[in-house]
Amino acid sequence: MRAAIGSAGWWRGIYGALIGGAFGFGLVIGLRAISGLDLFQTEQTGYPHVIVPAITAPLGFLWGMGNFDYWLRWASGAPTIPDDHADHGAKTWKDYFKVNTDHKVIGIQYIVTTFFFFFVGGFIAMLIRAELAQPGTQIVDPGTYNGLFSTHAALMIFVFVIPVFAGIANYVLPLMIGAPDMAFPRLNALSFWLLPIAGILFLGSYAVPGGAFDAGWTGYAPLSTGAPLGQSFFNLGVQFAGASSIATALNFLVTIITMRAPGMTFWRMPLLVWANLSTSLLVVAATPFIAGVQFMVLFDRALHTNFFQEAFGGDVVSYQHIFWFYSHPAVYIMMLPGFGIISEVISTNSRKPIFGYRLMALALLGIVVLSYSVWAHHMFVAGMFEWLRVPMMITTLLIAVPTGIKIFSWIGTMFNSVLHLKSTAMLFAIGFIVTFTIGGISGVMLGMIPIDIHVSDTYFIVAHIHFVLFGGSVFTIFAGIYHWFPKMTGRMYDEKLGRVHFWMTLAGMLGTFVPMHWIGMEGMPRRVADYSAEFAEWNLMITVASFFLGAAQLVFLYNMIVSWRYGPKAGPNPWRAKTIEWQVSSPPPIFNFDEIPRVVGGPYEFGVPGARHAIMAGEKSEVKKPERSEVVTT
Amino acid sequence: MRDVPILKLAGVMIVLTVITSVIMLIPDWFGEQASTAADDIDRLFDISIVFSSFVFSVVMVLLGYAIWRWRAKPGDESDGEPIHGNTRLEIAWTAIPTVIVSFLAAISWIVLDDIEANEPAEDSMALTVTAQQFAWEFEYPEAGKTSREFHVPVDRQLDVELRALDVLHSFWVPEWRIKRDLVPGAPGASIDDDFVVEPNKEGTYSLVCTELCGLGHSTMRVEVVVESQAEFDAWLVDQPETPAENEDQAAAEDAS
Repeated sequence: MRAAIGSAGWWRGIYGALIGGAFGFGLVIGLRAISGLDLFQTEQTGYPHVIVPAITAPLGFLWGMGNFDYWLRWASGAPTIPDDHADHGAKTWKDYFKVNTDHKVIGIQYIVTTFFFFFVGGFIAMLIRAELAQPGTQIVDPGTYNGLFSTHAALMIFVFVIPVFAGIANYVLPLMIGAPDMAFPRLNALSFWLLPIAGILFLGSYAVPGGAFDAGWTGYAPLSTGAPLGQSFFNLGVQFAGASSIATALNFLVTIITMRAPGMTFWRMPLLVWANLSTSLLVVAATPFIAGVQFMVLFDRALHTNFFQEAFGGDVVSYQHIFWFYSHPAVYIMMLPGFGIISEVISTNSRKPIFGYRLMALALLGIVVLSYSVWAHHMFVAGMFEWLRVPMMITTLLIAVPTGIKIFSWIGTMFNSVLHLKSTAMLFAIGFIVTFTIGGISGVMLGMIPIDIHVSDTYFIVAHIHFVLFGGSVFTIFAGIYHWFPKMTGRMYDEKLGRVHFWMTLAGMLGTFVPMHWIGMEGMPRRVADYSAEFAEWNLMITVASFFLGAAQLVFLYNMIVSWRYGPKAGPNPWRAKTIEWQVSSPPPIFNFDEIPRVVGGPYEFGVPGARHAIMAGEKSEVKKPERSEVVTT
Repeated sequence: MRDVPILKLAGVMIVLTVITSVIMLIPDWFGEQASTAADDIDRLFDISIVFSSFVFSVVMVLLGYAIWRWRAKPGDESDGEPIHGNTRLEIAWTAIPTVIVSFLAAISWIVLDDIEANEPAEDSMALTVTAQQFAWEFEYPEAGKTSREFHVPVDRQLDVELRALDVLHSFWVPEWRIKRDLVPGAPGASIDDDFVVEPNKEGTYSLVCTELCGLGHSTMRVEVVVESQAEFDAWLVDQPETPAENEDQAAAEDAS
């Protein structure tokens, strides 16, 4: 038992959380006692004796799990224990529940954790649709309803879509660039462990007085600054998720810039790597803004600052400016990694090089730059300065251009190809092009100010965001999961169930979100528990379709679990792809490569006689002399 | 790409564009029109539908053709043609969408200027709308009246000012196509809190709050009665006087 307490792990994690929580609680009570205040401050925006422990208990937990051990020893001058990498790889399922610095283990930890929150968020979506099946309130009261759609969005955005891409890239990207691991493995582990904390804080808000946060995932002030205690849990959850995002983005940037295998120039990087480079640039510059603005809300709530209190000189609209300065780039943080996945899947299954590779990479960078100049298109009716609207409309419509380039390039890749539809990943990639094109089109409509004035804050918006976030991001996530499932698990999934999942998801998705455009244009506002009776039939149909969509995800869950355990063994390269991760065994060796591969050509040289992307260490003897001299000269 | 029947594909795209546009233009998407701005906005929406149908048709035809034409035969393990790109095509699909979105931006700007006459018309009626959780209040300053009911005369421009007492709300009458947030702290230098709208059809509509404002958000709806000037005047007479402190406040604001 003593060993268990002393060494990093769940026991020390639990004690750490308790000690951390007790310290935070004691600190608040102690300071209040010294200052002669009431020990417990229970205004609904207050509760410092809950908020501070909600910060210190997670930190104690992270310490207990061992996230800080190496750094603390180093910082205190104690002898550091050199990492012998004994913890790399996962021998049993229990190893996934420990702090691990192996990027492949962390990748799986990320993916499984985020999908857990995907299913929780999806269940909440089912409750929302059940309530909306009929006008009036039947299942939940309006307060609970506001909590449901707020937590649904917070879970899906902050602990599913954004981090699941980080998880997929965590697994695949170091292999793709021929690196043995990420640049900062300990930071990588910490990034992962911050995530479940964010999710637990979001869900934990259901248990506190006043219920879950209910000001929407946008948390507009001053509704959020005056909301009950649950809102503080949203403010804090975003900090943990945001810190996780920023740390991972730094890790990706350094890994991509400094750890590419010899010969992998920027123009030889697979587009997934380009996509994550672009995403990371967005995250490091934009995410601090949402962290900041949520702190400002928390300070307004708990410390009575007046950032957004107009009566005391605060500026209400500035919340929206800062929030969207992150949250619009966040839309691309949730989409660019998906673009990368789609490029890999389409090129491989079309047996063709990506059409216009360089323009594809430049389009990503174009989106990064433009995405910082469009945020106020969320605020055309917010009462902001009039002059800002037209410039924002122009940049908003222009950002459709690089996105269009990508769509046309993917289709160009399919021309003159040998197109394989047998992989579920490819089905989702093609489905993605269809649904994302629709989402992009409605996005352009929303960018046109006079149309936006009418449909802003209606179900048209709900339809649009689900076309780009579900039909866009989630479809690419499924494509990525199916594509790399054999690599990650060493086993094949069931293609038949995969196809069932795809067609059910596509049908359910269209049935759920297409009619939302119509009821929005006709006059149904978003975020309402109750609505005018004229929309009853459509809402009932949407609810039925959404339940079908929910059921489809159970097929996916079953397929993944059973195939992971019992699926037929997959070879190293079932899709006959060219990128480096497919040239090693499935799952890859613990340290990825015996010797770092050498990159000698582009990543998608399908059909080019004699072309190679990389030469693996084991192949040395097979490589003919002329090719090797070519390696030296390039 | 050499043996792609470009003309035939273009023909299919045009046919599909026309079919999609026609189908999409038949339904009355935005519902009844009851303000002078509605017609402009709906026409803009129709234009955007035609362009959207075109883009959608181009993508779907190309995608469908690629799948139909180059789908691998079972057991075919060969690779496709190693085409890395085509600079002219790439320039084309950068330039053409740029032209399309620039055009859409230009006409949107024109329509926006059109519906937002910067100076209220001479015979416009001033109206102050105040929102709080979860109720509306309508002040008619020229008559010195304030009501919880919302009546306006037809064919007369309204010069609307917006006030919020607690959190954000949003003013939306779907038939008027006009929406604007009510921001606490207005009037303020950086808050655009007024707009003009001219209802041009008598009838009863709904004013809906579209900005999440708390527990009662979904119930924050009120009837809008658009009626003739005579009916409106008769109704207004019966409404309560604006309470004194409101007037003082308004006077103070006018002075400042």
